[in-house]
Amino acid sequence: MVTLLGAPFILPVIVAVLGLISVFGRGGIVSQALIWAGLEPVSIYGAQGVVLAHVFFNLPLATRLILQGWLAIPAERFRLAAALGFGPGDISRTLERPMLREVVPGAFVVIFILCLTSFAVALALGGGPRATTIELAIYQAFRFEFDLGKAALLGLVQVVLAGTAAVVALRLTLPAELGPGFDRAVTRWDAGAPGLKVQDALWIGLATLFLALPLAMIALDGAAALASLPVSVWVATLRSVAVALVSMCLTLALAVPIAVLAVRRRARIVEVLATLTIAASPLVVGTGLFILLFPVVDPGRIALGVTALVNAAMALPFALRAIVPALTAVEADYGRLADGLGMAGRTRLTRLWLPRLRRPLGFAAGLAAALSMGDLGVITMFASPEGGTLPLALYRLMAAYRMDDAAGAALILLAVSLALFWVFDRGGRIDAEA
Amino acid sequence: MLRLEGLRARWGDWTLSADLVIGTGDKVALIGPSGAGKSTLLGLIAGHENPEAGRVLWDGADLTGRPPAERPMSMIFQDNNLFPHMSAAQNVGLGLRPDLKLGRDQWRAVEAALDRVGLGGFGKRKPGQLSGGQVARVALARVLLQHKPVVLLDEAFGALGPALRAEMLDLVASLAEETGATLLIVSHEPGDARRIADSVVLVADGVAHPPVATAEIFDNPPPAFTAYLGG
Repeated sequence: MVTLLGAPFILPVIVAVLGLISVFGRGGIVSQALIWAGLEPVSIYGAQGVVLAHVFFNLPLATRLILQGWLAIPAERFRLAAALGFGPGDISRTLERPMLREVVPGAFVVIFILCLTSFAVALALGGGPRATTIELAIYQAFRFEFDLGKAALLGLVQVVLAGTAAVVALRLTLPAELGPGFDRAVTRWDAGAPGLKVQDALWIGLATLFLALPLAMIALDGAAALASLPVSVWVATLRSVAVALVSMCLTLALAVPIAVLAVRRRARIVEVLATLTIAASPLVVGTGLFILLFPVVDPGRIALGVTALVNAAMALPFALRAIVPALTAVEADYGRLADGLGMAGRTRLTRLWLPRLRRPLGFAAGLAAALSMGDLGVITMFASPEGGTLPLALYRLMAAYRMDDAAGAALILLAVSLALFWVFDRGGRIDAEA
Repeated sequence: MLRLEGLRARWGDWTLSADLVIGTGDKVALIGPSGAGKSTLLGLIAGHENPEAGRVLWDGADLTGRPPAERPMSMIFQDNNLFPHMSAAQNVGLGLRPDLKLGRDQWRAVEAALDRVGLGGFGKRKPGQLSGGQVARVALARVLLQHKPVVLLDEAFGALGPALRAEMLDLVASLAEETGATLLIVSHEPGDARRIADSVVLVADGVAHPPVATAEIFDNPPPAFTAYLGG
């Protein structure tokens, strides 16, 4: 279940949106069921759809963040609680509620920012002006009015809003002071009550259904349309894979030196970067780049390069979150040995860091490639009508209401994204000794 | 001759000072209560930590501020002495060149060093396929190959059982005698000191005292040493 919760993270947004449409849209199974029951069908376009899609994306993230909070409670606390004869209520009061008070505000702000800066969802489901977000307004000022000043101003508003929220989030996400434990396995002596088990199973079942159903619908609809897809979709796929690979290389090329800097100089650069990239959404960065580059070159010609670059920047904080702790551990374990042997510079990189960091590097590479593969942001501003990546091609098919072809493209996008992640993540694990 | 001249380190309100001389070829044990600064002292000598004041001198040359690899010293730590992603031979070869660009003669020297510690033919194995005692021997083979005048043991072999540790210490002592190396060891076990050390440096109450002959300090222990031994 936790693995499944990780999937939406590398799942291309636009694919998920399509999946949600096929479940909750006018022709989707929920509406069909409502019509059959004699009720009004639901509409996914507009504000309620945007909210629904964001729940779909952030439910897993929230679960993971809060789960980390639970895992951070040392097993010894639960053992002590059991020894003292605590019931579920007592455990909740003394252990879980303090933890939640620490974790939930941080998770709340992170998700708030993600929703604030999300673009693809609002683009695909937003519809009328009533459901317009700032991100979408930037895009519209850009694409339809071509008012660069207005786009820049909106971008500024966005950065200030998200930046404020990001700073608040960093302040709030302090670790809970529960003290260290000895990494014993947690046994929950209070989980025996049947009522609690049914309650847990019910919630987990509902959440799984909510997350898995849209993906299943895409696989079903898409498989049928695969054979008849227009050639342009396949061309866009190749373009996207190229962008994803370039973006991945850029991410690693940036992440490794930054991680080294952060670990050896104890620089706070990681937090600063994370805040910056959360606050400045791809679209805002894209706007800036467009204003800079527009007078110099034709935006359509550099679309893919800019997309790769911006996506690399966006994947950077995630890559760093994987690499920095691992590098810290490597330096703690082997730093003095390497110092004593005179392993410096290139030798240290190739003989110590790269071999010891294969797993996190593989994970980061997979994540960067998958995120870049599925991104629908900057490319919307730069691409010429005949160019563009697979997510953009998919969006254009949706906008033209060619839903069968869209499902086929979505299936390809989904498969390629997951495959990219899987290949690199696996690559880091193969014969990596402990 | 290793000279610590007015050496001082500080960590908050914790301090350590040392003003002493250790003769070339001596085998010295650093003994004292935990937290007194034995490992810190070794770190200062090896260059992993920087002193607040004072100098470290070897045969009159000032080593203070030099990076660890440029000092005439090799060190064995409590653990993580081998890189798990490299074979035993590669781990030993690092002692010759950190980038492992070794000629055929050098690889032969690596094999000879492994032979000398009783691990002939084990060169291709990775640390994960070796026992704790074998891992310690590989680390020793590297020290042998580095051929530096001073060998530092920072609670090395601490993870081994008593019999195996005694065996390793004997091996270290005989290797040191062969090469004429000066040996400094930090250990929690007074028995280790009696086994191989000629003299003892007592580290207690923020001071590393000048070395005293091992037999003498155990026969006429100063108060701090008695307190450490527990009666």
